[in-house]
Amino acid sequence: MTFFLVSSIAKVVVVFTAILVTVALTTLVERRICAFIQDRLGPNRVGPQGLLQPAADGLKSLLKEETLPVRADKALFLLAPAISFTPALLTFAVIPFAAPLPTRWGDVPMVVADLPVGFLYILAISSLGVYGVTLAGWSSNNKYALLGGLRASAQMISYEIAMGMSTVAVLLLAGNVTLSRVIAQQQAGGWYVLSLLLAFFIFLVSAFAETNRVPFDLPEAEGELIAGYHTEYSAMKFSMFYIAEYANMLTASALMATLFFGGWDIPFTSWDNGPPWTLAKTLATGAVFCVKTACFMFLYIWVRWTLPRFRYDQLMALGWKVLLPLALVYLTVLATAVWYLKEQLGWAYGPAFGWALFGLNAVLAGLLFWWLDRGRIVSGSVARAEGEV
Amino acid sequence: MIQPYASFLLLLLLVVANAVGMIAASHLITRRRPTPVKELPYESGMPPLGDARERFSVKFYLVAMLFIVFDIETVFLFPWATIFRDGGAPGTGTGFLLVEMLVFILILAVGYIYVWKRGALEWD
Repeated sequence: MTFFLVSSIAKVVVVFTAILVTVALTTLVERRICAFIQDRLGPNRVGPQGLLQPAADGLKSLLKEETLPVRADKALFLLAPAISFTPALLTFAVIPFAAPLPTRWGDVPMVVADLPVGFLYILAISSLGVYGVTLAGWSSNNKYALLGGLRASAQMISYEIAMGMSTVAVLLLAGNVTLSRVIAQQQAGGWYVLSLLLAFFIFLVSAFAETNRVPFDLPEAEGELIAGYHTEYSAMKFSMFYIAEYANMLTASALMATLFFGGWDIPFTSWDNGPPWTLAKTLATGAVFCVKTACFMFLYIWVRWTLPRFRYDQLMALGWKVLLPLALVYLTVLATAVWYLKEQLGWAYGPAFGWALFGLNAVLAGLLFWWLDRGRIVSGSVARAEGEV
Repeated sequence: MIQPYASFLLLLLLVVANAVGMIAASHLITRRRPTPVKELPYESGMPPLGDARERFSVKFYLVAMLFIVFDIETVFLFPWATIFRDGGAPGTGTGFLLVEMLVFILILAVGYIYVWKRGALEWD
């Protein structure tokens, strides 16, 4: 019991610190990458390569004067950043980030809380964040903030459905909602990004919309809504919304790595898959997990500084008229395929099963992108380029 | 069984303490110098016109209601998906589960097409 308490406290503190440090570094990395994409230098004055910039920013926002609009609902105005901040940092708790660490008193699973409800916990907690955004927009009593809050809540709940449906596909193959078991299944039968390619596509798009990032950053579209739901916030309370946004991004990245890219599994080797656990395994798998997550963080930033923003009706149409029916049809096809392979052909779940599903997914993905494009973007730009020449 | 929830509670405690601490620290450290103009809602430098809490588009309510319907459908799919691969209870089998779900999704699809045809998904 003592051992459990000590290891839990250590894990909680380490994970919490790691999330906050990653969030701080991401704000810097984002500005540097943005500068690189726009052919500028970006912040590089505070500390070596601007590494201390996040610390300076944090100190600044701590010392700034707070504003409290007279017409605002005081209690909710104070509560909203906390409601936004708390679930953003809590969601990471169930994501396993490395192979178990052996100690003299027993193995320590490298996850804060390996809850049996696993994935359901993430869906439940992460959707609480929408309350913070909506309350912030409403309590500010500012037209821009209210519009931003409304847009954010409508967008987040719309894409939550597509996101939930795409994860049903993962559960279909994994047969379990505990994330450590989902990872074990992927180690045995191949990463789900292959056998569930389309589910990954839906999840990726929904995750961008859920975190309110470009191309779906309508809630804080700065050209039309100033800053959206946090227009009236200043000082530390503004920082908390900022931290929440980046923490959500981090969790979404880690979740994509876990559900579709094998979590902490090292590809092309089975050395890391089973006991005996060693310190080297824990460190190596932890590093691989960080690399996978960092790739998705980079994708978030890359997309933000490359793509333009959607219009609001386009955003809602994509969520309700494309992703939702797509997820439903996909789920039906996938379930039928699993039934056919299992019952009719008598295959057991394994690599061959995964490859067969990958073939199906590749065909479906080809059809989907052909339909989504309909001669507008890819072939359209080719035709335009040829016409000009 | 209960152990993971204990570590979750520890994290919850830490995060909530941190959130409260951040708001309190910023409140205690800084001195507020309010002026009437500073405390007005920000409307691009103009004096605010009227109240922000007016009626807003009914579309947002519609989205919320549709969300509840479809989210609950998703919730029903979760337990089904979890047991699907292994065929559920003895004697049930994957084929039965598949037909069961197809019927469910068919009913859902009827509702979805109705909503679409009635124009509830249009945004203009």
